[in-house]
Amino acid sequence: MSDSINEEVVSEEEITVEETVEPSENQTSALVEGVMHEQNIKNVSNKQAVMKILVQVGLYAFLGIMAFIILFPFYWMLISSVKTLDEYNLATPTLLPRTFDWHNYAEAFNAANLGTLFVNTVYVGLVSTFLSLIITVLSAFAFARLEFKGKNTLFALLLATMMIPGELFTITNYQTVSEFGWLNTYTVLIVPFLVSVFYIYLLKQNFMQIPNELYLAAKVDGTTDLKYLWKVMIPLALPTLISITILKMMGAWNTYMWPKLVTKNKDLYLITIGLRDSFKAPDGGQTDFPVQMAAVTMVSTPLFMVFIFLRKYIMKGVSRSGIKG
Amino acid sequence: MAKALDFLNTVFVKGFWKTFCVKWVWQTFFCAWVYQAFWKTLIVRKLKFDKWKGWIYLLPAMILLMIFTVWPIFNTLRISMLEGYNSMDVIGGEKFKFGFGNFSTVLKADIFLTCLKNTMLLCILTVPISTFLALLIAVCLNAIRPLRRFLQTIFFLPYVTNSIAIGMVFAAMFNIVGKPSNASLVETWGIMNNILGIFGVEPINWINAGSSYSANIAVLVIYTVWNALPFKILILLGGLQSVNKQYYEAAKIDSTPRWRVFTRITVPMLSPMLAYVIITGFIGGFKEYSNIVGIFGDSMGPVADAGRLNTMVGYIYEIIPDGYYGEASAAALILFAIIFVVTMINLYVSKKKTHY
Repeated sequence: MSDSINEEVVSEEEITVEETVEPSENQTSALVEGVMHEQNIKNVSNKQAVMKILVQVGLYAFLGIMAFIILFPFYWMLISSVKTLDEYNLATPTLLPRTFDWHNYAEAFNAANLGTLFVNTVYVGLVSTFLSLIITVLSAFAFARLEFKGKNTLFALLLATMMIPGELFTITNYQTVSEFGWLNTYTVLIVPFLVSVFYIYLLKQNFMQIPNELYLAAKVDGTTDLKYLWKVMIPLALPTLISITILKMMGAWNTYMWPKLVTKNKDLYLITIGLRDSFKAPDGGQTDFPVQMAAVTMVSTPLFMVFIFLRKYIMKGVSRSGIKG
Repeated sequence: MAKALDFLNTVFVKGFWKTFCVKWVWQTFFCAWVYQAFWKTLIVRKLKFDKWKGWIYLLPAMILLMIFTVWPIFNTLRISMLEGYNSMDVIGGEKFKFGFGNFSTVLKADIFLTCLKNTMLLCILTVPISTFLALLIAVCLNAIRPLRRFLQTIFFLPYVTNSIAIGMVFAAMFNIVGKPSNASLVETWGIMNNILGIFGVEPINWINAGSSYSANIAVLVIYTVWNALPFKILILLGGLQSVNKQYYEAAKIDSTPRWRVFTRITVPMLSPMLAYVIITGFIGGFKEYSNIVGIFGDSMGPVADAGRLNTMVGYIYEIIPDGYYGEASAAALILFAIIFVVTMINLYVSKKKTHY
């Protein structure tokens, strides 16, 4: 590139010099120079264009391979879920199922008792999301708009607790809920995780962006705080609230460790623990993988549906949180 | 003179002035005082209420935080310092000795040391691999125009999955049906071995009974990286798109080679996001648990070697139902200490290296 620029400059200089010395004769030579110059540029730009295309091809090839690797497990899950066990166990696996065996789904639904699991998970998810939203909105409002003693200290303390890994709380919480007699109830799946400091923080940041003049104007008009919160702040912060709702619901869908610790009653199992509990881990033996894959497909589908319709909110929420579930 | 005195006496002591001073003035002042005192109390009350109103809004959150966050912090610290604290002896009314006994018990226990080793190994392997791959993919995604959104969505897909459910899919992909020890008894080697077979790799017993530790770890690393990529790509791509285009223009004019642009512009400008991704990666890595349950089930290892792949979080959750709160607390505090130290080291390094 740098060479070509130098050449350009030199050739231009030559042309000008020749022109001043002998204007009549160098018409042709200037033309030749000009053609050469153009060719030169053409060559260089051709080379660059080829390079550019090659690079683009390389990029797409790499991304295509990576996308294939990312998607392959999903593909395998889907096609395995409709294969018969005999076909699944073939020495050379088929990449497209020969026959579509939909019985796997019915079998998986019954084997894992998926109906109960779905109902439990949705119930726990909805109740905890609803209560959690109320608590989060009230707290975020207090931190964002109200003045009271110790506000900033308290908020800093709350943020500090976010650094501590949840496992540290689990031990005492397990002790506490057993003393409350909450083991094997819905309460124990809902109450301990209602308050999330992170969601309060997220919503507080959003509330702070709403101009304070609105609040003062509402005060002058005699609007109560709660009415103001309901009529002005919540509608304005709706995207954040939707993000919180989705993440919370996804959390209920994916949580595993706490439910496993506190629910021994199968009627209270949430989806993840029920799924793992119903199917054996591979031991090289008689595991019926097509049925297992059918169950996995049924568990994964709602998440994909939510993702397809609410991608914007999920990605926004995740990029700010870094929390899985 | 006497008349004058008499006059003054009438005016100031007995008459109008007396009435005025004693009754009216006093009454007026009294009323005014009552009046202002009334409003003052009201206003003070109101102000005081305003001072406390915030706390009323915070009440539900505070109660729950007190019970499920603040109390556990202190209680876990207390329990960890009570030697051999467990639920059975608490009911028996036993008094526990104060000391570091739990920590030494935990750190001497082979099971815990295995867990520690597994956790560390997974962290050290997965964080660099996934960060590097995510950086590569993010840079590539940033360099293309058509299909970018589509590919971005595909790369985000693993995030919206249930890590246990997809772990079961990975288990199916690596599973061998039959007896791997005898090739004639094998029905299928599993899709992964088939794919590797195309490249001439001998079938490997990845996760079944009799599989090697390194093969198990390899499967876990593959699954964890697959699972960790989406978040990292999302963050890094967001960072890339906010880099000022002028730097690249300048590099173009100077005809800087691509690799130099990458190491001298892209990586330094991305360093805050990289630091963030690495720190969260380490924190997540030290809390690794559900990926392993997804592939190997509750036994945390291949059938014959249950517990071989257990992690620190798995260790804590396993001993809680048995009532070993003292040791569990000690293990949790050790985990916290490790995460804290690693985060601090990361922050220190990134403060030196990060370009803001």
